[in-house]
Formats: sequence, C-alpha cells, structure tokens
Amino acid sequence: MTKKKSSQTIPLDLSTIRDLLHSKQGPDYWRSLEEIANTEEFQQFLHHEFPSQASQLRGSVNRRKFLTLMGASLSLAGVGACTRQPDEKILPYVETPEEIIPGKPLFFASAFTLGGFATGILAESHMGRPIKIEGNPTHPASLGATDALTQASLLNLYDPDRAQFITQTGKPSIWDTFSQTLQDEVAIQKTKQGAGMRILTQTITSPTLSNQIKEFLDLFPKAKWHQYEPIGRDNVHEGSQMAFGKLAATQYRFDQADIVLAIGSDFLTFGPGHLRYARDFTSRRRVDHEQADLNRLYVVESTPSNTGAMADHRLPLRPREIESFTRFLAHLLGIAVDFSPIEKHKNWIIELAQDLKKHQGTSLIIPGEQQSPIVHGLAHAINHKLGNINQTVSHTEPVESHPVNQLDSLQELIEDMKNGQVDMITIIEGNPVFDSPVDLEFSKYFSNVRQRIHMSLYADETADLCHWHIPATHYLETWSDARAYDGTVSLIQPLIAPLYDNKSPHELIQILQGKEHRSNYSIIRDHWKSVFGQKEFEKSWQQSLHDGIVQGTALPQKQFTLQNKFPPQTAATNSSQKQLEIIFRPDPTIYDGRFANNAWLQELPKPLTKLTWDNAALMSLATAERLGLTNEELIALHHEGQSMKAPVWIMAGHLDDSITLHLGYGRTRAGQVGNNRGFNAYSIRTSKKLWDSTTLEIQKTGDQYPLANTQHHHLVDLTSYDRKAIEERGLIRSATLEEYLENPHFAQEADHPPSPEDSLYPPHQYEGHAWGMVINQNACTGCNACVMACQSENNIPVVGKEEVKKGREMHWIRIDRHYKGDLNNPETHHQPVLCMHCENAPCEPVCPVGATVHSEEGLNQMVYNRCVGTRYCSNNCPYKVRRFNFTLYSEFETPSLKLLQNPDVTVRSRGVMEKCTYCVQRINAARIEAKKENRKIEEGEIVTACQQVCPTQAIVFGDINDPSSQVSKMKSNPLNYGLLAELNTRPRTTYWAKLRNPNIELETEK
Amino acid sequence: MAQIFHRNTNIISKISILVGLLISVLTVWLLPEFNRSSYITQTGIPREQPIPFSHKHHVNELGIDCRYCHTDAEKSSFAGMPSTHTCMTCHSQIQVDSPVLKPVRTSYKTGYSLEWLRVHDLPDFVYFNHSIHLHKGIGCVTCHGRVDQMPVVWKEHSLDMEWCLDCHRQPELFIQPRESVFNSAWQTPENQLELGQKLVNEYNVNPSLDCNICHQ
Repeated sequence: MTKKKSSQTIPLDLSTIRDLLHSKQGPDYWRSLEEIANTEEFQQFLHHEFPSQASQLRGSVNRRKFLTLMGASLSLAGVGACTRQPDEKILPYVETPEEIIPGKPLFFASAFTLGGFATGILAESHMGRPIKIEGNPTHPASLGATDALTQASLLNLYDPDRAQFITQTGKPSIWDTFSQTLQDEVAIQKTKQGAGMRILTQTITSPTLSNQIKEFLDLFPKAKWHQYEPIGRDNVHEGSQMAFGKLAATQYRFDQADIVLAIGSDFLTFGPGHLRYARDFTSRRRVDHEQADLNRLYVVESTPSNTGAMADHRLPLRPREIESFTRFLAHLLGIAVDFSPIEKHKNWIIELAQDLKKHQGTSLIIPGEQQSPIVHGLAHAINHKLGNINQTVSHTEPVESHPVNQLDSLQELIEDMKNGQVDMITIIEGNPVFDSPVDLEFSKYFSNVRQRIHMSLYADETADLCHWHIPATHYLETWSDARAYDGTVSLIQPLIAPLYDNKSPHELIQILQGKEHRSNYSIIRDHWKSVFGQKEFEKSWQQSLHDGIVQGTALPQKQFTLQNKFPPQTAATNSSQKQLEIIFRPDPTIYDGRFANNAWLQELPKPLTKLTWDNAALMSLATAERLGLTNEELIALHHEGQSMKAPVWIMAGHLDDSITLHLGYGRTRAGQVGNNRGFNAYSIRTSKKLWDSTTLEIQKTGDQYPLANTQHHHLVDLTSYDRKAIEERGLIRSATLEEYLENPHFAQEADHPPSPEDSLYPPHQYEGHAWGMVINQNACTGCNACVMACQSENNIPVVGKEEVKKGREMHWIRIDRHYKGDLNNPETHHQPVLCMHCENAPCEPVCPVGATVHSEEGLNQMVYNRCVGTRYCSNNCPYKVRRFNFTLYSEFETPSLKLLQNPDVTVRSRGVMEKCTYCVQRINAARIEAKKENRKIEEGEIVTACQQVCPTQAIVFGDINDPSSQVSKMKSNPLNYGLLAELNTRPRTTYWAKLRNPNIELETEK
Repeated sequence: MAQIFHRNTNIISKISILVGLLISVLTVWLLPEFNRSSYITQTGIPREQPIPFSHKHHVNELGIDCRYCHTDAEKSSFAGMPSTHTCMTCHSQIQVDSPVLKPVRTSYKTGYSLEWLRVHDLPDFVYFNHSIHLHKGIGCVTCHGRVDQMPVVWKEHSLDMEWCLDCHRQPELFIQPRESVFNSAWQTPENQLELGQKLVNEYNVNPSLDCNICHQ
C-alpha cells in the first residue's frame, strides 16, 4: 500500500463527465469515464504507445553506464549469433507405451468440477504431460466449450506452490505414518460409534465418494458429514423447498425460450450448466438473411454482470428491491402473493409482464443463486403459471449426492466444536478458516478439536491450523467421478501420475473407514462394477472413459406440484435510498479464492471492470461523487462490527448507493502469487447476510491504493478525431432488430466511410488458402475464455501487477469494453480484439529487419528469431494488438512450469515482439496431414484455440478463398464489417455487427 | 594556442583508421565464415555416445531398415528413438555379455532411459517435421548423409536455414522416388533434374518459403 499516486491514475472530474454525457444527443459509444472527460492526462496517456516510462530501464542507469552498455552490446551483437548450441540429450523410453507417438498429442476425456458440478473436458497430452484443456463435445454441460476457470485449472497442476508432501504440524511426514496415526484414532472412535468424528467437504456430486462417505456413516453411525461452500446454492434449495415442499433441481432450455428474464442471475458466467446455457441462449441470437428470430433478454440485477451486458432491457435494482419486484411481477401474472406495487419502475414491470403473458410456454425465468429463497420460489411459480414447465424449464431430483443447507450444516459443526463434541475433523478440500462467515468464528472453535486433518491442493489458511495436511491430487492426476448439471456422470481419469506425494479424497475416506489403503483406481472401478454389473463392466467402463460420460446417467425429468404458499412481505424490503448497501459476489476470475494462486486468472482482466490482480469496492459515479471519493482511494468498510479496507473503483452501470465486493482476495497462505493480493471481503461477510446487507458504513482513510487496470492499455486511439469519433469510425456497430430488418446493410453504410481500394501496388492474389476470421458480436458474452485458451495454447507469459500497470500485459486477445448511452445503465458491448492479419499490414513496412512479413496464405507472420525489438511495428499498428517482451517474462527455470509449455509453440525470450498467429501451429499441423494425403485442407480441420473454447461459437475461422466455408458466408453477410477498414488495412479478422431485440413499448418510452 | 598533438601523431591516426577499416572488413567477412565452420555447426565431427552404436554395422552389414528403430519418421514430426526394449529384442540373444552393451542392460533392468546425445539439434524456435518430407520424396540420405557408412554418427550438413532453403527453393534437385526414401545408399542420378521435375509434379510438391512454416 502506498500513498503515492501511480503515474497511471487519471483524475476524474465527475461533474464534467456528467455534463458531457448529458449534452450528447442520440446514441454514442464510449469506452471509459476517462475517455468522456478527455482530460489532458488521458490524451497524454493514450498517445504514449506504452504508458509513460514503460520502456525505461528498471533501476538507476546513468549516462556513462548507459554508453558503456550500448558500446558493449553493439560489439557483442554479432558475436551472439556465433555461439555454439549447447548439447541436448535424447531420452527414449525403456518400454514405449501403447499409442504414444512422440510429436503427436493424445486426447483423454475427463471432467473439471466447480462447486461440485462437472464440465466434460478433453485434455491434450504430449508424451504424458497435459498441456491444454479442451471441451468435450459429447458432454452435455460442455458441448465442446470450456470457460476461463477450466482453462486456467491446468496451471494449478504445475503450480510450484502446490503442497508437495504430507505435513504433521508443519513438519514433513509420510502417508504410512499418517495412516497409522489415523488408524489408532479411528479404533478409539469405533468404540464411541464415531461420536467425535466429523467430515467437512464441499458440495459433492461424485457417486463414488458419496457412497464411500455413506459407508463410513454406516460404520460410525454417530459421526457426521457436513458440507460447506462459500459460493453455495442454499437459496436455490430453499426456494424449491418453498415452492414444492421438497428439493428439486431445475434445468433450463434456453434454445426453446423467446423471452428470458434473469432475476439477478449471471447464468452466462457461473452456475451448473452455464456453458450449455450460454450456447443455447446465443443459438437464439443469430440472424440469417431470411430468418431473423431473436430471443429477448430482460435482466434485473444489482451489480453489473456479463449477463446484464447481453440484456435487451436491463433494470438495475437494489438487492432488497428484487424481492418486491418479483412479488409484483408474480402478482401481475396472476399469482396470489403478498406484494406492494413498485412505483419507480412500474411501467417497465407491466410491459415485462405483458411480454411474458404473450409468450406462454416459450418464456423462461431464471433466478440467481444469490437471490433470496422467496425469489426462487416465486420464479418457480411464474414458470408454472406461464406453462413453461417441460417446455423451457424442467425439474429433476437434486444432482448433489447429499443436498443440505450448507450454512446450517456449517453452523451445526461449529456448535458441536464449541461444545467440545468433536474429537477429530477431516476437511476435504475447501478453506473454511478463510472463507466461512466471519461471525461464526470458525477458527476460534476449530482449535477445540483434538485432531484436525485437512486435505487440499495447497497448504492454505485452514492447513495452517491443522495437525495434518495431506496434499490432494489435482483432478488431472486422479481417478474419480462427478455429475454435470443434468446429472450425467463423467469419469475423471488421470493424465499424469501425481507430481508429488498427493492422495485423493477416496483414499483418505478409505483410511477413515478403518480399512486398508487402496488405490483410487480400484475404488472407482469397484464402485462402477457394482453399477454396470460384472458381465458388462469392462465394455461399459472403456466406453465411458472414451466418451467422457456414462450413458444413461442423466437424471429423469420429474413433475413437482406447486404449493403456492409464500410468506408475506416483510417491511425491511423498503430500505431508505441513501443507506449504503454492500453486495458480495464471486470473483469473475478467482471465484471464491481457490484460484488465488493462479497467475493466469489473476492477470486476466475482469470482464467489466478490466481490473487485474486485485478486487475493489465497485460503486457508481454518483455514489462516489456523493461520498467525495475517487478511483483508487482506499476506504474503510464497516459492517456488522467487522471492518476491512478496499480501494474505490467507479463502474458505469453500477447501482447507486451500493458497493460490490468480490470474494476470494486477501489470501495470506495462497502461495507466492496469491498472497496479500487484494482485500478480504470474507472478513466482513456474516452468516445472516451472505450476499447483501444494508448495514454498511464507510470511512475515508486518506490513503491511495494503485490498481492495475487494463482498460486504457492498447486502446485504439480515436482522440485525434472529434467526439463522435468512435461512432463514425464504427468500432462498434449495432442496431435493433427492427432497424436491421428495415436496412440490413446498416453496418456497411450510414456514417461509415467505405474501405478504400487504392494501392500503389497491384493487389496480391492469394491462390491457395486464405485464412480469415469473423467474430460474431451477437454471440460474444465477454466471458474471457478465449483469452485464457490463447494463453494456454500459445505459451503466453504472465508479467505481474507492476508490469501490468505499465501496460505490459502479454495477452494476444484483449476484450474491449464499449458502453453506449446512459451512464447509470449503459448498453455494454464486448469486442475481442486480436491481430487482424491485415492484407495491407501497417506493421510490416516499418520493420527494419523484416521480422514481420506476410505469408502466401495471408497470415501476418511474426518471426521471433529475426526480431530485434525496435517496437516500430507496435507503434504503427492501429489496432494495438502487438505485445513486447520487455524483460524475460517466460518461465525457463521452474521445473514444474516447464512441463506446462506447449511444445509446438516457441517460448519467447526477452526483447521480442509477439502477437496472435491465428494458431499457426494448428494450421501447419493440418496442412501437413492434408499434404500427406495430397488434398486441400478441409473446412473445420483447423480450429484456433479461441474458436475451440468459445462457449457461444462467436469466433469462426476458415478459408476465405473457399466460398462454401462458414467464414466466407459470414463475410458476405451485410452484418460483416472491418475495424478501421477506412485505413485501407484490409483486415482478415472482421466483425458481425450486434443486434438487439428490445421491446418496442419500452424502447419508445425511453 | 599551442598544438596539443605533435605533427607525428597524424601518421598514427591515419594508420589507426586504416587498421580499423581493415578489421571491420575482416570481421564482416570472417564472422559468417566462422559461423559456417564446423566448429560452430559441428558438421563432420563424430559425437561420443553412451554406447558406440554403429549404424554402419547395423544398417550396412546387417541390413536393418531405418524404420526398425526410428519408427515414427513417417507418422510424426519426430523420427523417434528406439526404446531400450527395441535394442533388447536382439541383444537379449546376441552379445548378451558384451561390456559395451552394459548401459542397455542396465537401462532395461532399472527402467531408466539411455541418454543419447542429440546430433541433429535444431534451435528451439525451429519446427521440422520428418513425416511430410518423407511423403514428398526427400530421403533420409539427403539430410543425414550416408549414415550406413558411419561407425559413429556425425552431422553431414549444417542444418542452417540457408541449407534448408536451398531445397525449399529448388526441390527438384533433391527429390527422389518415394519408394527409395529409406535407401541409405541412394545416389543422385545423372538425370536428377528431369526426374526431379517429374516427381515434383507428380507428388504435388510445393514447398513453402513462408517463415511460419518452420518458425511457429
């Protein structure tokens, strides 16, 4: 923490911004508040290709030393090339494993779990080391896509900070010693029927593990199994309890829905099945020449989310008001429920209700996991009332093996610990010391337990207070199983043997049962032997491993009867306007804190704020203005007798008088990457108010805390033009469905100057393949998965917070955020920007050494071994997509991280420029296979990493010389436009203009 | 004002300039020459290996095909190195007590790999694929030389980029019928240009000169 203002901070004059925005007429796009204000500082910041002093040497270098260094490097420049290559060894196998061909990857189906729910993956293995994760197309929750967290989970496997050996009170030990100690302990408990034994896990959907725990509970009837997850689904369960009198899981079919209402739900980002939902949802936002049938998304939310950014109509409401809203809506739809009419947004809600009524059976209401039980209960009632059941919404039995109210479960455990009833606790995964509600004082009563055992990937805060810590296996190292959102079971199979002395939960429970140690392979196989039956076992087992799913395990649909008994409205829902509210939400990149030591995710700009490496107190401009706060100002937050500090970050579209804090930061024992990053929001989060609270007070501290925000880095420079520049240059082009139907060519006409065709040279004819890409902004949800997939595929290094502040982040794809209109509730557009592979690439003629040149297939090639680092190319790139290795960012030393690198992509050294290659390694691999068979590369043979990962198939890559290819067809669509095409760069990457489908009744009223 | 330097120094400065120029010219000429020398490229220098494996004996005298050991050359970028098991298929029967083969037996027993020295080692930013070259009629001998005549393997060619480009620019000078690519004794025929031209057309050989073909 420093009092000094970072050089990067741009002062914001709040009243000016407001005036400027209000004075504007008609639609107008803007990228940040700083840009609207357009202060001199902002101009200066922008005009530096890299933020000021970014290219200066670190440390003090005086003139004399500089000259010495320059002289020496000049004379050594040529000699450097004359070094003899160091000798390298080849170590062949002793016995070559079946199927392995060195140089060719193998793919294995497995599954990644978050919050207990599985996403099917195909892990790419090069000679036994997993280096990339892809989605499993046959898995219902993946359909071939993955999200940013799944992509980045690979880095956790190789994280050098992972716990590497069993420890007893901090000292290294071995499994045999541990199991012996445990056996003795278990023998004692056996006499008491396990009365002093407790197991605390996270949400479990694994059939085998839950079976093992149930067996354990049979053996020790007085022992208890608790579950707790800080980002839990208690409200979902309570809601179905309220609506149906029993627990039910809900699955949504967005592809069937014309009208979607998300009540505080970020269904495109988090939650079981979110990848599937994103795919289904955007499948209804695609237009063809003839068919223009868009769905319509209404979002009611308290804190801006990616789902809110996709909305056709977004209504920001305070957390307390969401219940009143839902009650009112239910009433309007004819459900008998206690309500009070909302005056403020009455018309909006009435129009929504009208629209829903018009779409009986084709509408869909999805409440967010953080919403109160009554909202969930009413959402069920509304879906029933509208006849959506079995149309767009269906129910099954709960997917969780043992669904409980996790907060109650944790409280019961803490009560028992308090009363000294717990002799021995085994915590499997999870970090309750860090993330349990602060008022429950978990760590205080935890020390009452005589024997504390913790198993997890990292020796974290909880491990610190435990007698034993067992390093857990990463999911790529172990055998297990898990269920997806619809109940489909995936077998989890190891890609690599455990790197260290890791054990799996299955092995631990085995010992807890007082039995002999068994490998998790035999435990899983035995479980599935009992399911498949001896006769069919081997066939079914092999088939399930191959497919990544166990056929026929999806839970059958079930009908639940609505009870229609809802509790009356309490008075508390009408809180006074000026009372500050706090909203807790999972962090978009590090989730609940479990990914805190994952440098890829830490450096990933958060979807809407573009913050990296930290969380912040997010608030609206008006609130900041009222409280006299500005960006990066450190404030103290007091809540329920607890307090913490956090820096302010002003966010457009944020609700007034409320502050959003993302959970998961402020770890103290995460590892060298995650320690002391950001601010611990768990420290003021209480069990009564897990998601939002009105009893927040704040106080200025007078300190500053610099944040690393990437919004202004690599920004397309438009300030040299007038205020309407972005609109006129058309970085973002959008229209409503109606406008589009009236004029399908809007994206290529209107104000946009046509692309010039002038050139001094004759046009180059691309005879073979010509690679191109189209990014469909209708489908892009800004989820960041492509950024992570690119990082993983292309060996992109992380640079750290200090370097990010200097604008030196290395991501080859950045997702530009554009706003349109009102400051309080703007339309939000995401635009992934990567190398455009311009046919007239401005970077090429300025390179003095020919390190960036064009290929015969139209790729703008970057030749690392030629690059001398003048950075002229980056200077001349209008899209600002080139990244420079200012220092040695790539990892060459840490042994475990060497295993992470993709062997098909050069690891760049210092002083070298790099950028998107269109995954040329994948192009080359496909070309070689095609040439061997003496044919052309076929459509779909080359899939770039970003394209493959994209949950909504927003990125399409292919041969633009082939008129039948998908990319050619998309390029010939009138929605297609090039970024800054009027510069005559002839970009190969183009965009599809975005279409919105607003409700005319609401639009005109606006 | 008195002169600082004596008149004699003129000649010294003139000589210095001349010598300086000479050194620069020599450097510009010598550096690339040095870079192409076998000291740097290690061409023609037999490299010591943990086992003095003789290709001459195994290929020439015993007639073992390249692919018996380098199994993946037609399938993958990497030609493949024989596993210890492959050596032991014969050497569990032949020369079972030979002291020279001790490392092989040890490896087989302990499960630890043999550590061969890489003779043909491209820089890490270069990607070469064996399979496509073999499919397009570039034989082993074209790049690796007469391995069947080498008691201990050495590098026949520098593997420099200019050397790669020689062939990528004029494949007809080096191409041979697919049937003969594994023939270690293949010799360029008199009518290579004619044959080459025919094969280039027949195999649809169109080697790219794009940087990204090798630098990815």
